[in-house]
Amino acid sequence: MKFPFPKRKIVTEATQSFTFSRRAMVVGGLQGAIGAVLVGRMAWISVVQNEKYSLLSESNRVNLTLIPPRRGWIIDRNGRPLANNRTDFRVDLIPQRIVDAEATITHLAQLLKLEPDDVDRIREDLEKSAGFRPVQVADKLTYDQYAAISVRLPDLPGVAPSQGFSRHYPAGATVGHLLGYVGPATAEDYKARRDPLLITPGFKVGKDGLERAFDRHLTGKPGAKRVEVTARGKIMQELTTRIDTPGRTIKLTIDAGLQEFAGRRLATQSGSVVVIDCHNGDVLALASMPSFDPNSFSDGISHLEYEMLSKDDHVPLRNKTLQGLYPPGSTVKPMVALALLEAGIGPQETINCPGAIRVGNTLFHCHKRRGHGSLNMRGAIAQSCDIYFYQMAQRIGMDRIASMARRIGMGQKFDLPFPSQSYGTVPDPAWKERKYNQKWQVYDTVNATIGQGYMLINPLQMAVMAARLATGKQLMPNFIFGAPRPDPVSVGASEEHLVVIRDAMNAVVNGGGTGGAARSSIPGVMVAGKTGTAQVRRITMAERAGGVRGNSSLAFKLRDHALFQGFAPFDNPRYAIACIIEHGGHMIRNEDAPMIASDTLSYLFDPAKAMEKLETLEKGWGGTPTERQARQMASFRIAKAIEKGEVPPPADNAMNAASGNSSAPAASQPPPAAAEDDDVPPPANSTAAP
Amino acid sequence: MSIVPKPLTEFPWRILALLLAIAGFGTVVLYSAASGSIFPWAVNQAVRFCIFSAMALGLSRIPVEVFARFAFPAYGAVLIALFLVELIGGVAGGSQRWINLGFMQLQPSEFMKPIIVLTVARFYAMLPVGEIRRWNAIWPALVLIGLPWALVLIQPDLGTATMILAGGITVMFLAGLPLRLFIGSGLTVAALIPIAFSFLHDYQKNRVLIFLDPESDPLGAGYHISQSKIAIGSGGIWGKGFLKGSQSHLDYLPEGHTDFVFATMAEEWGLLGGTLMILAFMLLFRWGIRVAMRTQDKFARLAAAGLTTTIFFYVAINLMMVMGLAPVVGIPLPFMSYGGSSMLTVMLCVGIIMAIDRAGKRRSGMGHWR
Repeated sequence: MKFPFPKRKIVTEATQSFTFSRRAMVVGGLQGAIGAVLVGRMAWISVVQNEKYSLLSESNRVNLTLIPPRRGWIIDRNGRPLANNRTDFRVDLIPQRIVDAEATITHLAQLLKLEPDDVDRIREDLEKSAGFRPVQVADKLTYDQYAAISVRLPDLPGVAPSQGFSRHYPAGATVGHLLGYVGPATAEDYKARRDPLLITPGFKVGKDGLERAFDRHLTGKPGAKRVEVTARGKIMQELTTRIDTPGRTIKLTIDAGLQEFAGRRLATQSGSVVVIDCHNGDVLALASMPSFDPNSFSDGISHLEYEMLSKDDHVPLRNKTLQGLYPPGSTVKPMVALALLEAGIGPQETINCPGAIRVGNTLFHCHKRRGHGSLNMRGAIAQSCDIYFYQMAQRIGMDRIASMARRIGMGQKFDLPFPSQSYGTVPDPAWKERKYNQKWQVYDTVNATIGQGYMLINPLQMAVMAARLATGKQLMPNFIFGAPRPDPVSVGASEEHLVVIRDAMNAVVNGGGTGGAARSSIPGVMVAGKTGTAQVRRITMAERAGGVRGNSSLAFKLRDHALFQGFAPFDNPRYAIACIIEHGGHMIRNEDAPMIASDTLSYLFDPAKAMEKLETLEKGWGGTPTERQARQMASFRIAKAIEKGEVPPPADNAMNAASGNSSAPAASQPPPAAAEDDDVPPPANSTAAP
Repeated sequence: MSIVPKPLTEFPWRILALLLAIAGFGTVVLYSAASGSIFPWAVNQAVRFCIFSAMALGLSRIPVEVFARFAFPAYGAVLIALFLVELIGGVAGGSQRWINLGFMQLQPSEFMKPIIVLTVARFYAMLPVGEIRRWNAIWPALVLIGLPWALVLIQPDLGTATMILAGGITVMFLAGLPLRLFIGSGLTVAALIPIAFSFLHDYQKNRVLIFLDPESDPLGAGYHISQSKIAIGSGGIWGKGFLKGSQSHLDYLPEGHTDFVFATMAEEWGLLGGTLMILAFMLLFRWGIRVAMRTQDKFARLAAAGLTTTIFFYVAINLMMVMGLAPVVGIPLPFMSYGGSSMLTVMLCVGIIMAIDRAGKRRSGMGHWR
């Protein structure tokens, strides 16, 4: 077939050869042209766009990592550290970069000899972590462990060893609730602030207490480290480093020694102690025990330890000084007496106490069944006579008492650097109308005058009450050393009336009253105060007829709270104190509120002597809180292992002591229960044994 | 006549020196790509170069007629091998490019690159002069090219298929087919591209778009090209210096020792190194084209020009790819990229061109005595 060309060329060898030569030159020329284009293209990229690509190359090569700033110290009024930083070697996991999580964890557990609890905690954190938040594997490593991880990094993608600082609380558990603790930022924090510092391994934010309230103040400015990294994130070399700026220090009004003393002096009880400086309202101690150890919380607490703490009926996770609300019991009587004086009742007016009076349809008893006989105000406070206050309160009415209660600090919400605060109630007719839509009854007044019924107070408020009774000034609690504040206004009571009250409170302790246990051992310093007992259950008529049951025969949760508020020295008040022992039941004299308060006050006057006494006592309680908690942890771990069937139970059931209480619900505040369950056995907790 | 003995003047000194320079530079770049170590790449590459150079010199001693005679049988053998690869691949599942011979893995498509040139050249050499403007001059060549092209394309290996097609078409062009055929089909293809594009699936369109703008997907499909351009661009005029390329040493540049070796080189040697390198390749092509133009034998001159163009396509496609002018198709850079099979192919081409060169010189030399 032929091409349908109009004209046909005659093709010969010669023309074909010529065509070839011409076309070969075209091909060669095209090749040269393309070569030129390629050189041109390369020049365009490498010369004209050189700056852009150099920048991209640098941003590939150089990785900027933040160095978490050292957190500011928290120091006490004398400059002693309550929270500082410790150099440590640590290892984190970056969830995004992990290839085989299970193998990595196993390898790490083997290298670092991690406990099974820790491994569980790491797994759990890893699951919860949203991919960008680093998970702490371990800290406080030795240099050798750190080095062992570092050399194996190529086999462990996602593992990030680092050298940094960790928060350290020298006083351990005794400052747990006061300072709170620190921990990695949550995913919500990061979403809200979008600050890359929050996801930097080793960076921690304040999670509770003062650490949280002053978080911004304590957080410094991060440093930065420029490192050369490969495409896979392996660090080749460090280029430059800008050092971090540590956070600012906070100086508290707390006295570190007193805080620790108070915490330890609370012994095995579930209680709180608050000490206030009567000159200006500075809080010197705010102890709530038992407490978590903020050191272990800040490291990432193990699941087991958290479970133990949350199941403990002594509620170590609750800051009782601010969040615990208790009926103040008889500790309000000096306040009620001050209201009586204000209303014109003379201190020498007497009331006869027959042991019980009828109010409406109900028979109200004095705590002393046989009655106190004839009493004036001093005697009524010293003996804590209920009948005197029942009678007198009915004369002046609830409104005047409530007014004094508010001026004295009850029901008041203070401006405090703590995330939560329960501030209780001062009931009066208007309040009851509002709250329950019911009319105020005489028996409500009667109940309120002995600090029962609707009246609730927290330990800090009780210390404020003591300080205001002692000084007659409306002192405000304060935690920041040297914070400027206005002069306190007067409570509205005359000095004459205050002297009557102080004298009566002195009689409670030193005049044969109910608080003899609070008598001071320091020569020349007399402690004044007021004891209190708050019932948490209702005593029925039937029980009263058959004899009220003693606290030692009741379940822990049904025992009375033991309270004490006071100040020292009584004639020239310097320090005010409040101590509340939850379900203490006045069962052990040296673990009861009056003696704890008195010993704590004595530390302020003679620390060496007070400490000597405490150390002797602690031998009987099984050591310091740290030692006791370690032991509790060990037995809890064994009990758990038995539960899971990993370890055979010991024959003598000795370990049940640890798990026995864990079955009780960790209810924060049992309501005054009408439960009359006779079969509740005393808890098998060694602390309950008198 | 000079006093230098004839075997020495006949020995292709200049072209060997050029190849040695390119390959030597390639070895230096591989030494750097291995973070300053002759292992594992530089030493292997050097040894291979020596072996294949010896092979090329050996080939250059073979008379051109032998290549002409074996062109069709070799073509047939490789075509069968391509069929086998396809069959085995169909059984094994997935894409298959090799036949495992036990002692080595044979990639027949690689051999097809020079052999298609020889085969088409042979066909036009056999074609009577008068037939060149007839249909008979076109369809057999198209069949010869189309079969291996289709087989390689379905492997799928777009790069090699393109090279086979381009090699074959180049020989057809050089053989003297009417110019308007090439212009006409070129225009038709250009017109069809937008229409074909509209028929593509979304993901295929995406791929094309990413090639056109690799920065739009810097971590995905555009990653290779982006990083390669960063390497070349950050090198500047003079380069970052030997062993100082961060893109390659810190593993940001993928395939920095194989397909993207030019980027590795350009980062450290800059525009200067790149230009010298391109220049060296251009010298090689100039030699090849001049050999073709000197040669009178029809098969020999078509083969020489066609094989030169085959090497050219290696270089051009690879460089366009690393500079972001072509999609990533997996064509290595001759003498520079680490790998044996591409060097073998290129050295086969060089050896045959040398044989043609030698035969041409002989003939012109002998002509004086006749």
